[in-house]
Amino acid sequence: MTGERLFQGADWDFPTLQRIHDACEEIAESELGLNVYPNQIEVITAEQMLDAYCSVGMPLFYKHWSFGKHFAYQQASYRKGLMGLAYEIVINSSPCISYLMEENTATMQTLVIAHAAFGHNHFFKNNYLFKQWTDADGILDYLEFAKTYVAQCEDRHGRLAVEQTLDAAHALMSHGINRYPGKKLPDLRVEEKRAQYRRQHEESVFNDLWRTIPTGPVKSVATLSADRRRALLGLPQENILYFLEKTAPRLAPWQRELLRIVRHIAQYFYPQSQTKVMNEGTATYVHYRIMNRLHLQGQLSDGNFLEFLSSHTNVVFQPDFDSKYFSGFNPYALGFAMMQDIERIVTNPEDEDREWFPDIAGKGDTMGVLRDVWANYRDESFISQFLSPRLMRHFRMFHLHDDPAETAGIRVDAIHDERGYRRVRRALSRTYDVGFIDANIEVVDVDLAGDRHLMLRHTVLKGAQLNDTDAKRVLQHLADLWTYNVSLVEVDATGKVLKEYVANPRGLAAVA
Amino acid sequence: MVAIHIVDRRLNPGSKSLENRQRFLRRAKALVQQAVKKTSHDRDIKDVLEGGEVSIPLDGMDEPRFRREGGTRDMILPGNKKFIEGDMLPRSGGSGGKAGGAGEGDSEDAFRFVLSREEFVDLFLDDLELPDLAKRKLAEVESEGIRRAGYATSGSPANISIPRTVSRAMARRVALRRPKPEEIAALEAELLICGDEARRAELLAEIEALKAKAKRIPFIDPIDIRYRRFETTPKPIAQAVMFCLMDVSGSMTEHMKDLAKRFYTLLYVFLKRRYRHVEIVFIRHTDRAEEVDEDTFFHGPASGGTLVSSALQEMHEIVRSRFRPADWNIYAAQASDGDNSTSDGEVAGRLLTEKILPVSQFFAYLEVGQDAGLTFEMPDSSLWTLYERLRLAGAPLSMRKVCERSEIFPVFHDLFQRRVRQERAP
Repeated sequence: MTGERLFQGADWDFPTLQRIHDACEEIAESELGLNVYPNQIEVITAEQMLDAYCSVGMPLFYKHWSFGKHFAYQQASYRKGLMGLAYEIVINSSPCISYLMEENTATMQTLVIAHAAFGHNHFFKNNYLFKQWTDADGILDYLEFAKTYVAQCEDRHGRLAVEQTLDAAHALMSHGINRYPGKKLPDLRVEEKRAQYRRQHEESVFNDLWRTIPTGPVKSVATLSADRRRALLGLPQENILYFLEKTAPRLAPWQRELLRIVRHIAQYFYPQSQTKVMNEGTATYVHYRIMNRLHLQGQLSDGNFLEFLSSHTNVVFQPDFDSKYFSGFNPYALGFAMMQDIERIVTNPEDEDREWFPDIAGKGDTMGVLRDVWANYRDESFISQFLSPRLMRHFRMFHLHDDPAETAGIRVDAIHDERGYRRVRRALSRTYDVGFIDANIEVVDVDLAGDRHLMLRHTVLKGAQLNDTDAKRVLQHLADLWTYNVSLVEVDATGKVLKEYVANPRGLAAVA
Repeated sequence: MVAIHIVDRRLNPGSKSLENRQRFLRRAKALVQQAVKKTSHDRDIKDVLEGGEVSIPLDGMDEPRFRREGGTRDMILPGNKKFIEGDMLPRSGGSGGKAGGAGEGDSEDAFRFVLSREEFVDLFLDDLELPDLAKRKLAEVESEGIRRAGYATSGSPANISIPRTVSRAMARRVALRRPKPEEIAALEAELLICGDEARRAELLAEIEALKAKAKRIPFIDPIDIRYRRFETTPKPIAQAVMFCLMDVSGSMTEHMKDLAKRFYTLLYVFLKRRYRHVEIVFIRHTDRAEEVDEDTFFHGPASGGTLVSSALQEMHEIVRSRFRPADWNIYAAQASDGDNSTSDGEVAGRLLTEKILPVSQFFAYLEVGQDAGLTFEMPDSSLWTLYERLRLAGAPLSMRKVCERSEIFPVFHDLFQRRVRQERAP
């Protein structure tokens, strides 16, 4: 019992928040060794929380009707009591902004500060995906720019034209992401310079003698130029928005900029969807450690600690598959369980753990191992590396394989036993693999010399084809941006064409 | 120690999403309007415009994405109780069947949300327009606005106009050649380095004179001060009176009264949007007319013959005694099943054309019929024939026939549809 109580009862005021933050910070830095962005804590009302929901949690966003639609929907369900609001929203920015609801009790505020302002914050700052793909310092400025730019475009080019462009861009948003970093895409102008340079060099070292040297069979001119064209356009290209922005023949400059904005925002959120389990697991583990320490130090009364435990258990509750509450794995539950499991393996391993995790078992430095894990993995790799047999038994995991061609039913492929551990783990990590989550659609070719027909290909995995209605609508949007015909073929692994879509552009304000 | 910043955002203006919401409504306008009309059909007339939940088809408002469906699926589920590897689970209703999640949103084919009263009414009355909004009266009391009216030399200190005051002070200083401080400073500087006695005396005198002059001409003089002047202006407010005339003789059934009531309600709501003051006068008539309150109007029992002219006469008298046509916009809507005693036609026609129509902005005649399908095959009623004759002769009458509830809105809409502005002599 070293510290004084941070607060009594449920009420809080701003000095209390400050004290809570300082107490959490002390533990986060000295005991957990977290490295966080500066914190900014904002207290908001329920109404404002609803507002924040509808602009994907960001404090400022450009205007678009779809956000209004979500707002209307969520407002209706909130008023009817169908939906509770989150306790907090945290933004990956520097300073790291956490929103706290004013309705929360003092205990909840402590929990939320420990969870968001330290747990998520540390994860944002240190995880490689966020480091690689997001610019925490710049995001708020960029959103400000985006908002102003969209508003200016509306003034200049009319609301309708902007709306149509944004609609189309939103439809393609999930295909506006660079999944592989670092590849410098050939710039047409640079490419041209290089070609020129090469020609000059060839001229300067010209020697007729080389012509007489025999070579292999010559590629026909047609295939050569097609290959070359594809290479120049960077095809195949899976970032459709990027391709349109750079190559669409008849887009106005402001439309390209709008596509770019949507693309950048999609890219900013890309790491979040890949690290749901880890992110929540980290934050939950951090708040659990901090709250326990506060309680041990006597800064948190027993009553408040019980209140915390009650909400904590609610958050990490994992219903069984046959429960009516079940809707997939709860990322909080799985993440937290895995973090705690790693702690156990590091400090108090069993023989099984020594065999499965020779690198970390019994190493002793829990926080060192965890910080390393938090920095260098995403959900898929995290699960495939660190899900222990013990945890699979704990959750009683099993693997179902549902093949529509199998008439007898759904097969139980593996369960939590010696034979199944690795298969269960691999299959679970698969379900978090972005490569499997999003449809694999690429721009494969464009007939620039002919009718400028844009060709896309969907490589069908495991027989999952596109929803027909939606695919047609999205293609329509795509055709409107491209302003020439667009086709999409669905091809299975053997190269067999399963289905073909064609969309013609509607004559609209794309060129206005 | 990392810096922390606690911000209280609770007082920030809320409803940041308002604009997005309006955009959404604007986009979904046609759909929402349909939904609003549909909703208002089913509603009680009193809360027809209360706002509330509407539901629109998802179709028009969806945001398409490339989604995949079908194919083989692999799932990892928690909570195994009895399965072992290789078990086959039956597909329909099987324990594994509901898991996996088919993607949200498919299950719902309609999108429900809540409209505020304002939004509801706006959509409801959109693109309707009142005919002839010409008359406007300057009312005495409650509609005073304040507006800026130049500057004054007197006023309260709070109203001092600093720019104006300073610029006048400057003008005065320039005009009176008040010495500038720099001028004096320059002379004083010269004085410091000057060795010549005569020149020093000269400089001293000059500085003295300039200082005295600067003292005589103040930097800001009370005569420079100007005050912002405000004056109150009476704002014209338009007020309207709406006459509801209804035949309550025995031939009017409850159904017909209901139709009439719906029409009156719409008209009332509509007028209420345009005018701050709307008064309603209910006149019911059989073979004689009386002014009654709303309840009696719709529900009070009455029986007798039918003399339309009595109601018109009553209206005329009320207008004369209470609503000076110069001050009031007068709207009248008459509902009847069309019966009128034959002898009354001439009197009614004359009253209407000579007394009522000249003072009215708008006169609508609504003939309510018994049931769908029957009325239009019947010959025109006596009142319809009479009004039709007047209308063809050029009287500004609007008339429609209604048999069913669902026709009320279209008819109303039709009557008040925004039309191309006609040229009107001033």
